[in-house]
Amino acid sequence: MMEKVNYAEIVHRCFRCGYCKFPSDYSEINCPSYAKYRFETYFSGGRMWLIRAWMNNEIEWSEHLGEIMYSCSTCRNCVEHCVFKFNEQLVDVFIAARSDMVERGQVPKKVGEFFSNLAKFGNPWGYAARRLEWVGRDYANNEFLLHAGCVATYDDRAKRSLKALLELLDAVGVDYGVFSDEICEGNEAMVMGEFGLFEQLMEQNRRRFEERGVKKVLTPDPHAFNAFKNYYGMDAVHHTQLLWNLVNNGELKVRRVKEKLTYHDPCFLGRWNGVYKEPRKLLSRIGSLYEMPRNRKDSFCCGGGSGNFYTDYLGGKDSPARIRVKEAAETAEILVTSCPVCLMMLDNAVSDEGLELEVRDISEVVLEALKS
Amino acid sequence: MRCQKFRGVVEMYEELKAIVGEENVSKEPEELYIYSSDPGTMPPVKPDYVVMPKTTEEVQKIVLLANKHKVPVVPMGGALSLSGLVRPLRGGIVVDMKRMDRIIEVNERARYAVVEAGVSEGRLKAYLDKKYPSLRISTPDAPPIATVTANALIHGSGRLSQIYGFHSEMVTGMEVVLPTGEVCRVGSCSVSPYWFSRSPLPDLAGLFIGWFGRTGIVTKLGIKLFPKHRYRDVMIFVTENPSYVSDVIWKVAHTEMAEDITVWAQPKPEWAEGFQHTTIYVTADSEEELEFKEKIIRNALMDYIKQKEGGFLYLTPAMKAMFLQEPMSQLVRFADVRKGGGFEYVGAILPVDLFDVAYQRGLEIVERLGVDWAFSIRIIGRSHCMMFAYAYPFNRADEEDVERARKALHETNKAVLEMGGIPWKAEAPAQQLILESMDEGAKRLIKSVIEMLDPNGVMNPGNWEVK
Repeated sequence: MMEKVNYAEIVHRCFRCGYCKFPSDYSEINCPSYAKYRFETYFSGGRMWLIRAWMNNEIEWSEHLGEIMYSCSTCRNCVEHCVFKFNEQLVDVFIAARSDMVERGQVPKKVGEFFSNLAKFGNPWGYAARRLEWVGRDYANNEFLLHAGCVATYDDRAKRSLKALLELLDAVGVDYGVFSDEICEGNEAMVMGEFGLFEQLMEQNRRRFEERGVKKVLTPDPHAFNAFKNYYGMDAVHHTQLLWNLVNNGELKVRRVKEKLTYHDPCFLGRWNGVYKEPRKLLSRIGSLYEMPRNRKDSFCCGGGSGNFYTDYLGGKDSPARIRVKEAAETAEILVTSCPVCLMMLDNAVSDEGLELEVRDISEVVLEALKS
Repeated sequence: MRCQKFRGVVEMYEELKAIVGEENVSKEPEELYIYSSDPGTMPPVKPDYVVMPKTTEEVQKIVLLANKHKVPVVPMGGALSLSGLVRPLRGGIVVDMKRMDRIIEVNERARYAVVEAGVSEGRLKAYLDKKYPSLRISTPDAPPIATVTANALIHGSGRLSQIYGFHSEMVTGMEVVLPTGEVCRVGSCSVSPYWFSRSPLPDLAGLFIGWFGRTGIVTKLGIKLFPKHRYRDVMIFVTENPSYVSDVIWKVAHTEMAEDITVWAQPKPEWAEGFQHTTIYVTADSEEELEFKEKIIRNALMDYIKQKEGGFLYLTPAMKAMFLQEPMSQLVRFADVRKGGGFEYVGAILPVDLFDVAYQRGLEIVERLGVDWAFSIRIIGRSHCMMFAYAYPFNRADEEDVERARKALHETNKAVLEMGGIPWKAEAPAQQLILESMDEGAKRLIKSVIEMLDPNGVMNPGNWEVK
């Protein structure tokens, strides 16, 4: 598990210079919460100064302070573009400060609901517990445990992408199984600072993995991928990696699709885990890939991370997702992503904006290429 | 009644909401805390409200409301002057201009751009790089969120200042909301659809440049653009005697081959201690032209090289890349020298021939006060003057350290005035030092202009206060 940063030693070192607001070329605001709110409180520099003020009792905790803290989607744009040597610790500072707020019982209402549902029902929405019975492939010493993650399990749009992935895996004969009573891996609890809940979920999952002999996890959810790889210390594979291997090895025969494609990097796959090449190689093999101006380390977050897909602090007319789909619509006909959270956020944004753009998970595009 | 010290009235919040929308106004403690200070040493002063207008009309309504309630209004760009210029010294409304971020026009042939007041240096640079690759702005070495408008209005300087002067001299026109709420245009745009020049009209732009928002809120700005050449290179000439530097600058400027000339001196890293580094930027449209220009510059300094009094530093590709970066992000890292997130500098505007005196006075101050330091100098015009930055880092978490830096800044401000220079973007206390040295007639004129333009005293009171 991630070590909790001693943020008291770091927060005063932030100069509030604002490099962290931008991508590499300074062309747009690239911090999703600052892009939406535009108050100086809502970027990493503002948060660093506010945490220090809260720590020094210069300001008291409030619902508004909580919303400022939790509107950070932990996308790590600031980590990439901060010019100081403590840049790697920026998001860890926010997570650690949230954790102290959680310990004091100081969390905004929606965040409290998120934690409460996760603790009681194993998912943020408080839906019934059994999740993946419909797959009909219970794990039994398979090569992979397929972990869907909360959003692909419960959100209708993301669920369709999960079905596409399963169809692909079946078509190639990948040896996988699921836990029909899958439990949340806890990535969001972790980055939202609920360390106790995260440890409890990790402990439950680990025990089940051990009991049922799980060695390798396959997931379409970069948030889950992050937790399994970096906090559980497991052999974790993201579906973009597996699909690229299958296509590259010739096990998955695909034809080319005719529409222009563009790819949105999920933060927990890209900036958190450095997976940039595989999805691009895959999409370039099956179609014409056009890059949006902001891509890879400069990608603009959909605004769903760190529980924001539930709390919706980054929703509304100036939401990062709505900004992002407009950028995509100027670039291509299909916006491809590889994260159920991004898929849900971007798909909703396209509806809100009334755009012609299609939003698809990479597995849906590969499936179409397989069938065409 | 002129505005003295204001403390909020509840009904203004509703009125501000009606103007800019609920999501763009705040009276929450978190926003009031952040907008009470900038990254420098000046103590915080809390506003009563923070608003973020999107249009000139909204700015106008805010100013009219401020007049109605006799409440101060303080415009804010990137808040990176470091000298606390956007602190609301008498409370009131801080107007964060950064939502006004449209690049309205680029006239490629007349080489100017018209931008709203919140457009950042970084954004305009990126826009030109993409859409008009043969044009550029004079980039300051401030972080890229600094706004084009505020930087020009405080007499900023940048990468083309050695050729074309202060950024304020590059302003071609502006749209201003006056302290009474009227909107007016100055420069050619007051007569013509084109924003090409401040001449040949009465130069009303002077009523708003260098006033720190004391005379109105500039909402749109015309700014000159310049040719961007294909090749850029950097040369660093090193001397170990500060008395040579003004001559080195004079000789390099005389060649008219350099685009930008800066000088830096600092005690860390160890290899840099005791040396003055004159950094010379050269641009060209061909390799031959670049080679030719660099040869001319080398020849101009040959006497120093022959007498072993100076020489060109070998630059690795990584070093070159760092110096050629615009803006140079490395400069901000100075804030972490004391692991404390702070630095501030006195940007002394001085004649170049005072370099040695300025250098020695700086050393005397830092040695006496025991503060860390770096000197960074940019030549303005063909050595017409220089911006000599005496920069002092401090640890924000150590109040004694902050106080030490504050004292060094204050003493430096005084020394600069004694030397015959003028502190740039002076903090409120330094403004008073400047006014103490100022010609009485000029002071009376400043007072009259403020009283004429701002009868209710609502525009950023506390700055340029003639007592």
